[in-house]
Amino acid sequence: MTHSTISISDVQYVASLAKIAVGDTEAAKLRDELDTILGYVQQLDELHTDDITPTYQVTGLTNIVREDVIVDYGVTPLALLQNAPSTQDNQIKVPRVL
Amino acid sequence: MSRTIRELADDLESGRATAVQLAEAALKQLEQKQATHHVALSLARERALQRAAEIDEARASGEPMGRLAGIPFIAKDNFLTYGTTTTAAAKILENFEAPYQSTAIEKLEAEGAIMIAKANLDAFAHGSSTENSFYGPTKNAVDPTRVPGGSSGGSATAVALDIVPFALGTDTGGSIRQPASFSGVYGMKPTYGLVSRYGVVAMASSTDTIGAFAHTAEDVALVMDVIAGKDERDSTTLPDLPHDSLVTSNQPQKLKIGLVKEYMTDDVHPDVRAAVEKRVGDLRALGHEVDEVSLPSLKLALAIYYIVVPAEISSNLSRYDGIKYGLSAEQATSLDEVYGLTRDQGFMAENKRRILIGTYVLSSGYYDAYYRKAQTARTILIDEFTRAFERYDMLIGPVSPTTAFKLGENTDDPLKMYLADIMTVAVSLAGLPALSVPSGTDGQGLPIGLQLIGKQRDDGLLFAVAQQLEAN
Repeated sequence: MTHSTISISDVQYVASLAKIAVGDTEAAKLRDELDTILGYVQQLDELHTDDITPTYQVTGLTNIVREDVIVDYGVTPLALLQNAPSTQDNQIKVPRVL
Repeated sequence: MSRTIRELADDLESGRATAVQLAEAALKQLEQKQATHHVALSLARERALQRAAEIDEARASGEPMGRLAGIPFIAKDNFLTYGTTTTAAAKILENFEAPYQSTAIEKLEAEGAIMIAKANLDAFAHGSSTENSFYGPTKNAVDPTRVPGGSSGGSATAVALDIVPFALGTDTGGSIRQPASFSGVYGMKPTYGLVSRYGVVAMASSTDTIGAFAHTAEDVALVMDVIAGKDERDSTTLPDLPHDSLVTSNQPQKLKIGLVKEYMTDDVHPDVRAAVEKRVGDLRALGHEVDEVSLPSLKLALAIYYIVVPAEISSNLSRYDGIKYGLSAEQATSLDEVYGLTRDQGFMAENKRRILIGTYVLSSGYYDAYYRKAQTARTILIDEFTRAFERYDMLIGPVSPTTAFKLGENTDDPLKMYLADIMTVAVSLAGLPALSVPSGTDGQGLPIGLQLIGKQRDDGLLFAVAQQLEAN
């Protein structure tokens, strides 16, 4: 692990990947906080993990499959659309993309 | 005096109380405590009273009754429910009305339980004190100048204040066990996959679990028995446990129990260690054998957790985009601004911290050094648990190194707040069941919790041992 001090521009870059419009003051504060936390997790460096398989699933379940049929959970498109901030003609409305 | 599910059920069966009376009393009690403790984010009064009336009517006409018929409860506000909003204590979901209910709520309702309100939490369950709620903190039931623990602080407080006999919570890294410990009630985090997460706001999918708070081990076991089980809508659910394995009346004899050495260091408050040591004596008096056991990688568990969990959070919380539901920044003029401004305005500082850490450790150039490294370290940690369980039936230790801390004490230092979970996260990373058992108080009268840790799917053993301790 190569934890070097992270910069404000690193924070801004990660924030852009995460789609959060972080302001300059907030970015400075986050820089310090992220630096402390990433410094703490750096202690994993002491572990030798070269021959070890990572764990992503803890109960040993593998792929769960079912028949490819429509299951009605009783949730209507109308009920889902009611939570959308803006709709038109039963569709979700968004600002211009292009 | 605390009223249990069993006592309330007796009152309902014998006609000393009706479901409507119990729901009204719980709602009244809750409203009185809102000003002092801020337990709930919203009430489901109308739906609760209507369902209670239906239960009373069904009982009067001699219909068969569910196991929780007429029993009031509170759910953490990250369970999707009818009857009121589901906010996850976040601004971004302020007015969200769930279009369907979570499986756990559906199962409780099928047994006749009545949800009266939604409990406060750290926004998106990110926190250890319930201070990260957009709607303000909940106060500790025993000392309102202190935190109730978190993130399921409202649920723990609702039970501790005797508003309801049980409450639902979620536990990703300690969010049921730690508030149970701080509030002096039982709190169960089950084996990963025992309870369906369908319809619960996702945080970290490889460790999120659903569990319950109550005044007795028997009550928690009953609630867990109702909500457990395979669900085709959550493909991570395990095959069902043998019938009645959670509510067994078996008395375990001569268990081999390991007291976790790494959880009894000088960093743990002496009063907490003394309370755990007293419980060691109680377990020995019951005929069990207790030895010290060492799991050296436990000291790395928090570092593993704060890579793996933020990574999963950054992925799960990408769905809050200001478009499909929830807050949408009004001043946005482009799609990119909708995303960026909505997420900046709608998330709490702690949500952003975790999303950014997660995005960082998954980003190109850092994935192997952080994320893959942590998942590999997780394998080592799990292997140590597996080896310990070859020799021991159960492990024990404290839930938290301290009792409830003061409101505001840790809010300026995120890492210090994370350290509150140092004894609960390892169990989560390994998918094990663990129960917080009330075990006395410190010198100031603040509750202390003993953590019982079992093998996967051995949840029932924890309830059985807790009941032995209770009767002792």
